[in-house]
Amino acid sequence: MKRAADRIGIAAIAILGLGALIGVPHVVELFTLVDVAVYCILAILALSLAFVWGFGGILSFGQSAFFGLGGYAYALAVINMGESTVPILLGAIVPMLFAALLGYFMIYGRISDVYLAVITLTVSLIFYHLINSTAGPEYAIGRARLGGHNGIPGLPPINIPGNAAAQLDYAGTFRLSLGALLLVYFGLRALIASRFGRALVAIRENELRAELLGYDSRRYKLIAFVIGGGIAGFAGVLFASWGSFIGPGVFGIAFAAQIIIWILVGGLGTLAGAVLGTVLIQYLTTWLGQSKSVAALIGLAKIDTSLVLGAVLILFVLLVPSGVIPTLRKLWLGRRGASA
Amino acid sequence: MSAPILETRGLTKRFGGVPAVDGVDFKLGEGELRCLIGPNGAGKSTFFKMITGQLAPTAGTVLFRGADVTGEERHRLARHGIGIKTQVPSLFDGLDVRESLHLAARRFHGASDARRIVDAILAETHLDAVAGRKVGELAHGQRQWVELGMVLAREPLLLLLDEPTAGMTPDETRRTAALIARLRQRRAMIVVEHDMHFVRMIAEAVTVFHQGRILMEAPIGEVLRDARVREVYLGAHKDRHA
Ligand SMILES: Nc1ncnc2c1ncn2[C@@H]1O[C@H](COP(=O)(O)OP(=O)(O)O)[C@@H](O)[C@H]1O
Ligand SMILES: [Mg+2]
Repeated sequence: MKRAADRIGIAAIAILGLGALIGVPHVVELFTLVDVAVYCILAILALSLAFVWGFGGILSFGQSAFFGLGGYAYALAVINMGESTVPILLGAIVPMLFAALLGYFMIYGRISDVYLAVITLTVSLIFYHLINSTAGPEYAIGRARLGGHNGIPGLPPINIPGNAAAQLDYAGTFRLSLGALLLVYFGLRALIASRFGRALVAIRENELRAELLGYDSRRYKLIAFVIGGGIAGFAGVLFASWGSFIGPGVFGIAFAAQIIIWILVGGLGTLAGAVLGTVLIQYLTTWLGQSKSVAALIGLAKIDTSLVLGAVLILFVLLVPSGVIPTLRKLWLGRRGASA
Repeated sequence: MSAPILETRGLTKRFGGVPAVDGVDFKLGEGELRCLIGPNGAGKSTFFKMITGQLAPTAGTVLFRGADVTGEERHRLARHGIGIKTQVPSLFDGLDVRESLHLAARRFHGASDARRIVDAILAETHLDAVAGRKVGELAHGQRQWVELGMVLAREPLLLLLDEPTAGMTPDETRRTAALIARLRQRRAMIVVEHDMHFVRMIAEAVTVFHQGRILMEAPIGEVLRDARVREVYLGAHKDRHA
């Protein structure tokens, strides 16, 4: 019964996704398309953490570090090369290598979950300060200046591989972002259903038992962490090319915390929840930022979005503690169970 | 006794200077079943934990099939063929029974072999009816069997069972004894058990632990008649609150 519900869910997501991929650019306005593209990109980032945290049991509070690293690797490479194919790959590979190094010391050092969260966040903040102090012209890699707190503007859009002139337009960027989101979503689903994924979940459930059965838990966790780093880095690439810009803000604490919030709202331990949580929160943020009428309605000149986000999170933790998707799933199964 | 599958020499574990296991020389023959008894705190679980890599020995060596495996990591010892059912049940509460068993079987077997092994174990442990249930929802005795089943699914050469019947009903205990009797035809085993009826059902040879040392090693009848053993158990009862 649960399987059937899952299958219906997967089919619905696949059909909706493909339909949107083809149809949406024809029917919505340009700025909506651009907005939706960035929701997709951020949702990919959320998926990377949903996998690492929800299935690997690794609370990577600084998942944004890999996102930023991917974005910066892409930016520096694409400015120097003028063509986006290799830079995209670098944008995934550099964060993966970094995740392998960092993960090795944390996971093989068997540091506890809380310290791991602190260390990953600290690493992200170190990047933040490092990048911020590179404003001078002496900080350049080839033709690309790091730009410090100003970031790196003027990045070219992604082009068709091998043809630097064939750059993606807004519709193309949207299709790439949504297509990548679908690919990552279904790819992670397949991974979780695989032998590797089942072992990873078992390790999350009980690391001692998994090891006593012969599973090298640290190897599994490290691989999961590296995959998560690669996906986050890839999202960073898409983000940088989407806005033609990457800046040190992606390494900041506010952004790192936001990813956690997306996941908690959508529901830890699900992939769909991460996507839903991201879209809900990002939509809310955008809407609050734009809507003067709401502010006027509650007697404010301007709404502090982070304040509202904080309130939303607290409400969620109190009212829907397991997140949207797990709660919906429980309701759905409960209803079916009662009728069966 | 045939060549030992497991041997410990001077195996010692001290916690903050206090020895929990103190210079234990122990041998288990290929295909042998041994019961390990002794009052609470005698060091039986600690002894198991050192053999399975859950605790690093303070001193001494562990030999498995003649090779020194002292201080090796848990998953490596498992790969050598050592399986343990821990005293405190250690399970995948969020997974269902079949998947738990499958994970254990699949680690060292191909997909179709693993399925066959899982089906056989589900039947042998009377868990067929709850195969699709989450392990966390099961009754205590069934949870013990799931853990036992997982350890068996790996088909270990040496099986360590730490109080496998704790919390079981008399009927479940009897069935567990029958299961162990069947298992012993295929592998070496050490079983920690308090219930002397149970020990009598499954074993001939018994090792008695007391204060981290081996007090005696003898056939069950002899052990039960031994004055020292009786005193150790009675003494343990007197000291319970000390
Ligand atoms: N992790 C530990 N830290 C400190 N002391 C321990 C630890 N584990 C066991 N002990 C002590 O070691 C002794 C032996 O314990 P244990 O091996 O569990 O005995 P048994 O299994 O025979 O009941 C006990 O005195 C116990 O309190
Ligand atoms: Mg014990």
